[in-house]
Amino acid sequence: MPLLKVEKLTKSFGGLTAVSNVNMSIEKGELVGLIGPNGAGKTTVFNLLTGVYVPSSGNILFEKGTVEEEKKIIELGGLKPYNVTKQGLARTFQNIRLFKDLTVLDNVRIAMHQNVHYGMFTSFFRFNKFYQEEKQMLSEAEKLLDIFHLKDKKDELAKNLPYGEQRHLEIARALATRPSLLLLDEPAAGMNPKETAALTELIKWIRKEFDLTILLIEHDMSLVMKICERIYVLDYGMLIASGKPEEIRSNKRVIEAYLGEENSNA
Amino acid sequence: MKALSKRNLMILGGLLLFYAAVQVLIITGILNPFYEITLATICINIILAVSLNLVTGFTGQFSLGHAGFMSIGAYVGAIINMQMNSMTGFLAGIFAGALAAAVVGILIGIPTLRLKGDYLAIATLGMAEIIRVVFLNLEITNGAAGLNGIPRFTNWTWLFLFTAAAVILINNFIRSSQGRACISIREDEIAAESMGINTTKYKVMAFAVGAFFAGIAGALYSSYFYFLKPGLFGFLKSIDILVIVVLGGMGSVTGSVIAAVLLALITTFLQAFTEIRMILYAALLVIIMIFRPKGIMGTKEITDMFRFRFGNKEERLQ
Repeated sequence: MPLLKVEKLTKSFGGLTAVSNVNMSIEKGELVGLIGPNGAGKTTVFNLLTGVYVPSSGNILFEKGTVEEEKKIIELGGLKPYNVTKQGLARTFQNIRLFKDLTVLDNVRIAMHQNVHYGMFTSFFRFNKFYQEEKQMLSEAEKLLDIFHLKDKKDELAKNLPYGEQRHLEIARALATRPSLLLLDEPAAGMNPKETAALTELIKWIRKEFDLTILLIEHDMSLVMKICERIYVLDYGMLIASGKPEEIRSNKRVIEAYLGEENSNA
Repeated sequence: MKALSKRNLMILGGLLLFYAAVQVLIITGILNPFYEITLATICINIILAVSLNLVTGFTGQFSLGHAGFMSIGAYVGAIINMQMNSMTGFLAGIFAGALAAAVVGILIGIPTLRLKGDYLAIATLGMAEIIRVVFLNLEITNGAAGLNGIPRFTNWTWLFLFTAAAVILINNFIRSSQGRACISIREDEIAAESMGINTTKYKVMAFAVGAFFAGIAGALYSSYFYFLKPGLFGFLKSIDILVIVVLGGMGSVTGSVIAAVLLALITTFLQAFTEIRMILYAALLVIIMIFRPKGIMGTKEITDMFRFRFGNKEERLQ
């Protein structure tokens, strides 16, 4: 069983079928790209995977757990977003969605909330457990921020960070939920070539460091072709191709989808 | 940092000193009964404003029904206290009133908190009106005539204790992981949900905690003024509380406390100008909002201002 298996996933809004009959499977440890022209339904697929939308039909099967005996297969379709995150799926957003008016540290700590064990009454009365867990949480958050070179800025408001660092913070925040599968929605959007190159290295590195499986949507082909091991191509909500970057590059249907059909009369 | 840190002992010492000072003023008669009423109003309004701030300022759920929860606490507290005319009855009344308000808060919160912004405001307004009309028609609350002769147990000591406890407990809650979860809902609900926050749960939790403390405020009120009628808890009462929260700063506990004190003092001193009292009051509100559009404190707390002296929050935690 792969880590994520999507079977005949379909989502229609009224008469419009945004995603139809998509099949995907992602093995543990893979780095997979999802590409397609604007409006192809990539973000809709992400929203289906993360519980923002409920699928019209089809299955999303996710293998939860790291230890062999504890592994469990979970149907993600129809779960609420917070519950999907609990199973080990975390995401970033196409247009950055940080908690802008909160500090960098709080952004990360909020994502750690689902692993907090103390309850409401401990919060009210500040029993010892509160201080223990908060202390542990703080050191964990700082460790994570350190990786993204944000530790010195932990008390700054998220909105005051430069754009590139906001993108980094979003990834750090997603990692704070301790995911096994990370979904990145256009991580390089709005970045210059130099920043994109740095991001490429960072993605490679976090995959190794956190033992992650990554699925990313991206328009920047330099990034996609460089790091993705496999690519799925969507057009008009349908999967039109899948395979290694070299195969996709020369796939006729993909070229057609991006550039239009070759006109023989021209 | 443990519960009995230097900082917490300092706060405790300061509170005790303040309590003792006011108590001396009351005993010596310098603070006459007229100003004592102002003092009671201030304490009750602080509890109401801080608890509403948790819902509206911190969790971002615009509620216009806080007076409804207050009235539940007031009536339940009064009825129990009239049956059991003793200190035990008074305290039992307060806790029963607060619990009843919290339970109603949960029951109402689950369906209404799906709504956002203005729609939620209207739904909570409607809910408060329903509660008012129920009290207006019940036998046990004596309808429109209201309850009379509620035993008076609320005094400065109890007001101080409950106000201090409410502010400290709500503040502790806000500065915990659950509190941050609530704040994240205000900041960006979709992102919060994607980060594993069960937004419905925390909205209802904030609503219930807010209702609980509003219930305490109501019970204290009924026992201080020994008279209750449903008309006291109408739409305008909810607005009064909201004005304190907005004026103090949505998302600042300190702001709510300052605004509650300030508004009560303004009201008291304006008694001298009977005819134009409300005009002056309204004008003052307008002026404050023009110069401090985010409220007196914005989202800052008094502790943020002493940050550099005591080290920042995180250092204090260690």
